[in-house]
Amino acid sequence: MAAKKKASKKTAAKKVTKKKAVAKKTASRKKAATRKAAASDVDATRAELREVALSSIQDVAQGVYKTGHTGGLPQLTMPQRNLANVSYDPKKGYFEMKGNLKTRTLDVNSVKTFAQTLRLMSLAKEMVAEEDFATKREAYYVSKNWGEAKFNEQRESDTVLDDIEGMFSIHDVTRETLRFVPEEHGGSVVGALTVIDRDPETHEEIRSDCAAMGSGAYTVPSSVDHLGFETSAEFVLAIETGGMFQRLNHHRYWRTANCILVEMGGVPTRATRRFVRRLADDLKLPVYAFVDCDPYGVCNIYRTLKVGSGSAAHVNRNFCVPTATFLGVTPDDIEEYGLQDATHPLQPVDVKRAKDALKNDPFFQAHPKWKKALNKMLKMGVRAEQQAFAKWGLNFVIEEYLPRKLRERKKFLP
Amino acid sequence: MENAKSWISTRSGGKLVAALAAKSKHLTAEQMAAKQREISVSEFFAKNRHLLGFDNPRKALLTTIKEAVDNSLDACEEAGILPEILVEIHQLEEDRFRVVIEDNGPGIVKAQVPNIFGKLLYGSKFHSRRQSRGQQGIGISAAGLYGQMTTGKGPLIVSKTKRGKAHRFQIQLDSTKNKPVITKDDELDEWHLKHGTRFEINIEARYQRGKGSVDDYIKQTAVANPHARFVYRAPVDEEERVYDRAVKDVPERADEIKPHPYGVELGELMKMLRTTNSRWLSGFLQEEFCRVGPKVAKEIIAKAKLGERSYPSRIAREEADALYRAIQDTKISAPPTTCLSPIGEERIREGLMKECDADFYSVATRPPAVYRGNPFQIEVGIAWSKPGDDRLDVDEKGRIRKTKKKRGTFDTEDLLGNADEPVRLLRFANRVPLLSQQSGCGFTKAVIGTAWKNYGLSQSKGALPLGSAVILIHMASVWVPFTSEAKEAIAPYNEILKEVKLALQEAGRKLGAHIRKNKRVAAEFEKRTYIEKYLPHVGIGLQEILGISDEDREDLVNTLHESMENTRKI
Repeated sequence: MAAKKKASKKTAAKKVTKKKAVAKKTASRKKAATRKAAASDVDATRAELREVALSSIQDVAQGVYKTGHTGGLPQLTMPQRNLANVSYDPKKGYFEMKGNLKTRTLDVNSVKTFAQTLRLMSLAKEMVAEEDFATKREAYYVSKNWGEAKFNEQRESDTVLDDIEGMFSIHDVTRETLRFVPEEHGGSVVGALTVIDRDPETHEEIRSDCAAMGSGAYTVPSSVDHLGFETSAEFVLAIETGGMFQRLNHHRYWRTANCILVEMGGVPTRATRRFVRRLADDLKLPVYAFVDCDPYGVCNIYRTLKVGSGSAAHVNRNFCVPTATFLGVTPDDIEEYGLQDATHPLQPVDVKRAKDALKNDPFFQAHPKWKKALNKMLKMGVRAEQQAFAKWGLNFVIEEYLPRKLRERKKFLP
Repeated sequence: MENAKSWISTRSGGKLVAALAAKSKHLTAEQMAAKQREISVSEFFAKNRHLLGFDNPRKALLTTIKEAVDNSLDACEEAGILPEILVEIHQLEEDRFRVVIEDNGPGIVKAQVPNIFGKLLYGSKFHSRRQSRGQQGIGISAAGLYGQMTTGKGPLIVSKTKRGKAHRFQIQLDSTKNKPVITKDDELDEWHLKHGTRFEINIEARYQRGKGSVDDYIKQTAVANPHARFVYRAPVDEEERVYDRAVKDVPERADEIKPHPYGVELGELMKMLRTTNSRWLSGFLQEEFCRVGPKVAKEIIAKAKLGERSYPSRIAREEADALYRAIQDTKISAPPTTCLSPIGEERIREGLMKECDADFYSVATRPPAVYRGNPFQIEVGIAWSKPGDDRLDVDEKGRIRKTKKKRGTFDTEDLLGNADEPVRLLRFANRVPLLSQQSGCGFTKAVIGTAWKNYGLSQSKGALPLGSAVILIHMASVWVPFTSEAKEAIAPYNEILKEVKLALQEAGRKLGAHIRKNKRVAAEFEKRTYIEKYLPHVGIGLQEILGISDEDREDLVNTLHESMENTRKI
C-alpha cells in the first residue's frame, strides 16, 4: 500500500523533472538540471502497519499456544534464507523468494531458539505498541535479562532476528516495522546531491549538501525512506573501497564528472542499497559499480548491490539496485590497461567462490556475459584491485581509466 | 639342592671367580686354583640381595611380607583351607621393624621347620610343575637371612599342625654352610590356633605408603584372592584393616604335570637323560614328558636317527642335540591344562568389586595357551569409574535420574585414579601381585599395544590409556617367566603378549559398549535438562504476547514437557 502511494506520487514529480532535464541537457552540459525527490510518506501508513504487525505476532503466538495446549508439538514456519531459495528474473531485476519454507518444530534441539524467538517476538510487540525501537545490539542486550535463555553472542540474536524477519515477511511485515533497526550505518556519500532530512525532535528540515563536506562525507543513515533529495548529477558511482573513494573525493572527481560517489565499504549494507536504489528510482540516475576484479567484488559486492542476497531474499525487492551496471574492473580491463603484472593469483577460496557462483547463483546463470567474464577470470587465475591502476600513476584512474570507460557505457557488464 | 648349586655356579659363580682373578695381576693357574671354590647360596645372596628384592629398606619390608604371605596362601590352598592371614608391622626404631605373618594353614611338621625357614633353595615347589605362588624355595629363608644380616637376629617361627603340638623355634642361619642353626626350640602347651604358622622377623626397613607399598600389596592380594581374609596392622594405623573374603570356597587345587617336550632346553634335556630311571629312550620320552605316547616317541626317535632302545644315559651330546631338534620338529599336542588354576571370572569380578568402588566391571578369560611348552592362562578384569561425582540411571519408564555417587568406606583412592591419569595396572602372576618394574613388564607392553581409543579411553601413542580405571591382568602358569628372581615383571613372550591382548580386547569391547552407552545417556540427560532450562521461556514469551494467566502458562509448559519427553528414546 505504502509503496503504491509513494510510486504514484513520484512518477508525477519525475515526469516533470525528466522533461526539464532533457531540455536543459541540450542547452548546456555544465549547467545540469536539478532533480528533486520528496521523502516517502511514512507517517500515513504507520498506524496501519502497526496493526498488521501486532496481529501477526498475536497470530503466531496463538498458533503455538493452541498446538501446545492440545498435546502437539508447535511449529514455527519461515522462509529458507539461502541462495537455493531465490529465483532471478532479469525483467524484475532482483532475487525473489521461491517460497521454500522451513519449519522449526519444538524439540530438544530447537527449544532454546524456540524460546528466544518467542521472547524476541514479545519484545517486538512491546516496541510496536510503544513506538520504540531497538538496534540489533540492544535486542541482544535485552536478552541478558532472560536468565538461562539469554543470547551468548550477538551473532545468535541476529540469526533469530533474521528468522523472525523472514517469518513475518510472509505477512508483509518488515524488520523495520517490527521496530528492529540495524546497527550498521550506510556508506559515505559525496557529490552533487543535497539530502533533505528532518530533525527527529523538532521535525525541522535539515539540508545536507554532499558537495560541501570538505574532505569528509555524508553518511547514509540506517533508515533512508524519509529522506528527500535534490541533485544535478548525471550518475552514481558506487565504489568498493575507502581508498579509491578518498582519491576520487580528494581530487573532486564528482565535480569534473558531475556525479555522486557512494562508498560501499565491502558488501553494501541494506541502508546503502536502499539509498542508492532511491537515487536510481526517484532521481532516475544510472548507477555504475566500480569494484575490484575478483570473485568477492563481483559475486558478493556487485551481485548484492544489484539483485540483493539469498539470505535477505524476503526484502530484496526494495533493497537492491536492479538498474546498476558494472563499470569495472573487468577481466578485460586487466589486459586492456596492462595490469597483468599488477595482479595477484586467485586464492583457493576465490576460485571456489567463482565456481560456486557459476554453478548456483541464478544471477550469473541468467547473464551469459557474466559467465564469460567469470570464466575468463578463472582462466587467467588472477585478481586485480581498483587501486592497481596506480601502477600507471596515482591519478591514472581519474585522468584515463574512468573517462575512457564512461565513454563506452554500453560495454558495461549487466 | 644339587640343581640349585649348579644354577648358582653356572650363572654367577664363574663370573665372581673371574672378577677375583682379574684383581691381582699375573697369577699362575695353580695360584688361581687355590682361590677357586664353591660359593654358598647364602653368601651369594648376601652379595646379590637386590636380585631377590631386598635392594633397599622399603622394598625389603615388602619382599619379606610378600614371601611370607605367598607361602601362607600356597599352604592353605594346598590343604584346602580358607586362608585367614594376619600381617603386622611394628616399628621398633627409626629403621627397625618387627614383621609378623600368621596363617591358619596346615602347619609345618617339626622336623621341616628349620630347613624351610633357614635354608635357601629348600622347598617343595621348584621341582614340581604345578601352579603355585612360590617357585624357587628361596624367598622366605632369604627374608630370614636379610633380617639376620641387618639386625643380627634370625626368625622366630611358631607352627602347629592339626595333630601335633605347637612348636616355637628361634633360628640362626649359617650363611656359609647354608644351614639352619636352631637356637631355641620350645614346645608350647597352648596356642591360639588349631593349626597354622607364625613367622616373626626383625629387619632393617622403611615403611612408606603409596604405590608399591605393603598397603598396596595387601590390597591387591585381596583383589586377586577374594577367598582369603586379611587382617593388616600397619605401624601408623590406629586400627587394623580387615579385607574380608568375598567368596567362600577354596580354589581347586591344580594338578601337577610333567614337563612338555617343547618347554625343555637342551641342557635340561641332557640332565634328564642322565638322571632318568627309564632304560629305553622311548620309555624315557613317554615317562618323563607329558603328551608323548608310543607313536610320538617313535616319530621323535626316528627323526633324531636314534634307536628306540638306546640307553638314555648313554646318549652323547651330539645325539642329545639331534633329539632336541627332533622334538622341535615333531608335532606334539599342547600340554594338559588341568595344572592351571585360574582365578575365574566371577572371582575376579568379586575381587574388583570388593576393593574398587567403580561403576562398571568387565572380565575376560582366555582359554589356556602354551609358551615354550608351559601351559598358561590369561585373565583380565577392568573396573571403570565414570568421571565426575554423579551417576545417571535410567528407570523402566525411560526417565533419567541423576544421583550423587555414594562412596563406600573403601580406601579406593589408591586403586582408582582420576580420569585424566593413566589407568592403574594390577599385574598378577599366580595370584601374586607384581608391584614394581611395571614399565619393563610384558603385561604393560600388551596394555600399551592395545588400541584403547576403540574402547572409549583416550590414549597417546606408546603410553597407558587414561581414565579412572583399573586394569587387572592375571597369568596362571606352572612356570611364570619372570624377568628376574625378584618376581616383579613378566618376560614378554609373544604367545603371552598375544593372549593378554586378546583378553584385553574382549574386556575392552564390553567396556567400550558401556562407556558409549554412558555417553549416550549423559548426552540425552543433557538434552533433557535443556528442555527444563528453556521450555519455561517459551511459556514466558507466550504469556507476554497473549496475556494468559500464570496457571495457563504453567499448564502449557507441563503439557509441552510431556509431549517432548514422549518423543525421546534412549
